[in-house]
Amino acid sequence: MRLIVPLQGVVQGRGGLFVGSLIPCCLFYFLQLYLKRRRSPPPPPPDSDSTELPRTSSRSSLFTRGNSIGRVRVSSRAAPLAKPPDSPYYIGLERVKTDPYDRVSNRDGIIQLGLAESTLCFDLLQRWMSDNLMESLMIQSDVDGGFDVSSIAMYQPFEGLLEVRVAFADFMSRIMGGNVSFDPSNMVITAGGTPAVEVLAFCLADHGNAFLIPSPYYPGFDRDIKFRTGIELIPVHCRSSDNFTVTVSALEQSLNQARKRGSKVSGILFSNPSNPVGNILSRETLHAILSFAQEKNIHVISDEIFAGSVYGDKEFVSLAEVAASGDFDKSRVHIIYGLSKDLSLPGFRTGVIYSFHEDVVSAAKKLMRFCSMPVPVQRILISLLSDTRFIEEYMAAHKQRIRDKHFLFVEGLKQLGIPCAESGGGLYCWVDMSSLLTSYSQKGELELFEKLLSVAKINATPGTACYCIEPGWFRCCFTALADEDIPVIMERIKLLAESSTS
Amino acid sequence: TSTHFSLPSLQSIFSLSPIVFRAVTYHVFKALKKKMGLPLMMERSSNNNNVVELSRVAVSDTHGEDSPYFAGWKAYDENPYEESHNPSGVIQMGLAENQVSFDLLESYLAKKNPEVSMWGSKGAPGFRENALFQDYHGLKSFRQAMASFMQQIRGGKARFDPDRIVLTAGATAANELLTFILADPNDALLVPTPYYPGFDRDLRWRTGVRIVPIHCDSSNHFQITPEALEQAYQTARDANIRVRGVLITNPSNPLGATVQKKVLEDLLDFCVRMNIHLVSDEIYSGSVFHASEFTSVAEIVENIDDVSVKERVHIVYSLSKDLGLPGFRVGTIYSYNDNVVRTARRMSSFTLVSSQTQHMLASMLSDEEFTEKYIRINRERLRRRYETIVEGLKKAGIECLKGNAGLFCWMNLGFLLDTKTKQGELELWDVILKELKLNISPGSSCHCSEYGWFRVCFANMSEKTLEIALERIHEFMDRRRGF
Repeated sequence: MRLIVPLQGVVQGRGGLFVGSLIPCCLFYFLQLYLKRRRSPPPPPPDSDSTELPRTSSRSSLFTRGNSIGRVRVSSRAAPLAKPPDSPYYIGLERVKTDPYDRVSNRDGIIQLGLAESTLCFDLLQRWMSDNLMESLMIQSDVDGGFDVSSIAMYQPFEGLLEVRVAFADFMSRIMGGNVSFDPSNMVITAGGTPAVEVLAFCLADHGNAFLIPSPYYPGFDRDIKFRTGIELIPVHCRSSDNFTVTVSALEQSLNQARKRGSKVSGILFSNPSNPVGNILSRETLHAILSFAQEKNIHVISDEIFAGSVYGDKEFVSLAEVAASGDFDKSRVHIIYGLSKDLSLPGFRTGVIYSFHEDVVSAAKKLMRFCSMPVPVQRILISLLSDTRFIEEYMAAHKQRIRDKHFLFVEGLKQLGIPCAESGGGLYCWVDMSSLLTSYSQKGELELFEKLLSVAKINATPGTACYCIEPGWFRCCFTALADEDIPVIMERIKLLAESSTS
Repeated sequence: TSTHFSLPSLQSIFSLSPIVFRAVTYHVFKALKKKMGLPLMMERSSNNNNVVELSRVAVSDTHGEDSPYFAGWKAYDENPYEESHNPSGVIQMGLAENQVSFDLLESYLAKKNPEVSMWGSKGAPGFRENALFQDYHGLKSFRQAMASFMQQIRGGKARFDPDRIVLTAGATAANELLTFILADPNDALLVPTPYYPGFDRDLRWRTGVRIVPIHCDSSNHFQITPEALEQAYQTARDANIRVRGVLITNPSNPLGATVQKKVLEDLLDFCVRMNIHLVSDEIYSGSVFHASEFTSVAEIVENIDDVSVKERVHIVYSLSKDLGLPGFRVGTIYSYNDNVVRTARRMSSFTLVSSQTQHMLASMLSDEEFTEKYIRINRERLRRRYETIVEGLKKAGIECLKGNAGLFCWMNLGFLLDTKTKQGELELWDVILKELKLNISPGSSCHCSEYGWFRVCFANMSEKTLEIALERIHEFMDRRRGF
């Protein structure tokens, strides 16, 4: 009472209106100041390299300032990159490097199941390269018949030569079922799938905006999308009951929740064939996603980098095909592709951005100066991708060999009582190791991950790294394994399982 | 009784017009959020005909390709000069490309066992590693080759540690990457004018970083003075902009001249005092006509032990100009800062050099006999070209800045301008493009504070073409003088 009466007096007094508006203004001011201070760059991270050189005064007297020079700082957006990555995805990859398995020289090493790469058809590629590489690269000079280096040395359009875009358009159409055609002028060639995703993100959303992304999702997207663009990724959780297929109702729910939080959702990003699960989205699902996107007026990005690695019975349908069929506003549809998975050439750095939106294509073209494909590699690919006979032979063998390896791997796991999700594409399978968990939780899963790495000496990517909401799932890539390796892996898992139950 | 004026009135305002209250607070919140950069609430029905939105980056014109200078490129694309088929077409003198030493590259590549250079010294079995290799550390042999090449260019006056080399797909990417790492959005880099027009795009577009110019003029051959440095810093300070570093190009583009040693020392001193970074883009270091005239910032840092001084220095290099291989997309960041090296390496995932390229070039760059010969002959040819063009221009009554490096000369046509303004310069540029059919770069595109200067490239054409360009200039000057 004693408190309220004076307050009332203040408020009801002559200056009440003035004070009544001043106090909220002051509050706003201090709130703003507080928030601004919170947002100012954090202090520089402590050097994780602990061997700091002793400060000696320099010989050159020009720069002697004693010990009063501050250590020069990097930007606040660079600071998180300086720290070692903490995702199990990267931790696992690093651990394998310390003790990599070798069939001959290091049978006790860590077997790599965490990298989605295929070596199954290298023999075919190697043969093609040794027969054709030189001709594709060393273009004859018209003048003297000798080698004309200017054909590979000089500046060319950063989005890729027309011939390479034509070659890619043709190749993509072929491997995606042949019912979809790609226009080379809507295509931009990049130095890898990683810059392709980043450049597209830069074009479609601002700093602070968000993409919806069905989870579990490829851990690399965190880096590709979030690092420099500042775009948020909002996982849309999928469940084993649907075989981890995204539904429109889940998308709707996530979108509404995002809006309530004040996030602006600019688009949906998904991979098809999906990574890490390996399922193929049906035509109906793609149609439904597109309709949803149209209704909410947002973009759709389909990462189809595994489109040629389909081994199951379900046919692969590109988002481009579905977009062309219905009466959709195609300008919101964008596709990512690359040859790292289907053609086993991650080292070459080959990526494709395909967009129906001409302003996106135009902006992406200009951004290619930061990540364009070198001309010699373009020449090789023109030759390789236009060799239709070889490509047919290669893709058939690629699919067959993945199918065979997949069967062996999944069977081996089945024998141990470990099931896998149904998958029809990709270079991996999505394995349910929940029976091996000590506790059905994220903690339990990470413990199992560590045991797999240190005891069973196997690097498999845990679902936590992929933002999977159900614990116990692991992605195992099997396309770099020889048939002989599979029993070794199964034996190790068996031992681990037995030791954990005992 | 005192007049009550206050809560009841306030209350009545609020109760009688809740809409007003809500509107006011909504707009206040919105303004605050916008100012603080927080995400806004989703606006209801702001969909204009359901056209899907693009990002600010996508719609911005920071890429600069809408500027008037691109009319020159367009004119060239539409009517390119060709020695035999189109001798009256537009001669491209706006592209800094080095074609004078292609024959040396060709003979090397043809002579050495191609299989070896394709796959590395292992021959065909190397293909597997080549195809799979995407480690952002880069091939060790290639980094060693780059380090030794950079050392050779500097006559061994500085040593380069291969583990400090971060590979990027071109110097463009290297400059952008460094900017992301050294500066936050709305921070600034100080860049001396005139500067390479591409910096406006490369340093600012995606990074959100600003450029504050350090004004240089012809009174001292456009060298950076301590006063100009201080002035630029102060300008930034006054505008409440935080300066994170100085970025220079040495040898300079568009000046075609090396930066003096004293200036470099002053620059480093300034950066130490202000506790900011120093980036030296040395992309033309191998194109200095006389090796002795070039001082790299690496030489200055070589003799410094103090880490807190050294670790603010970063060098950008590329094979696009010196080796004439812009199509290969090979750039590098060399940093004396462990943190920057580590961070740049990780960020280079967005701009890796193809394993194929690394293999192809590793053996070539580590072949010291070849690189020594190449560097020597390339320098000699560029020097001769430079002398040809400067002599030719002099005969036409045109003076150039005294240059000693690069693939271009900095020509002074100030005396031809009707008015010494940007408009006057652009008018003259347009005349040169339309009448002489020469595409050269006007100084205003390089943010030069003096009008009438033009950058003219001479290394991307045959000697015959250069002669023809000079003839056209002669005729033009004759007409001007009223012959």
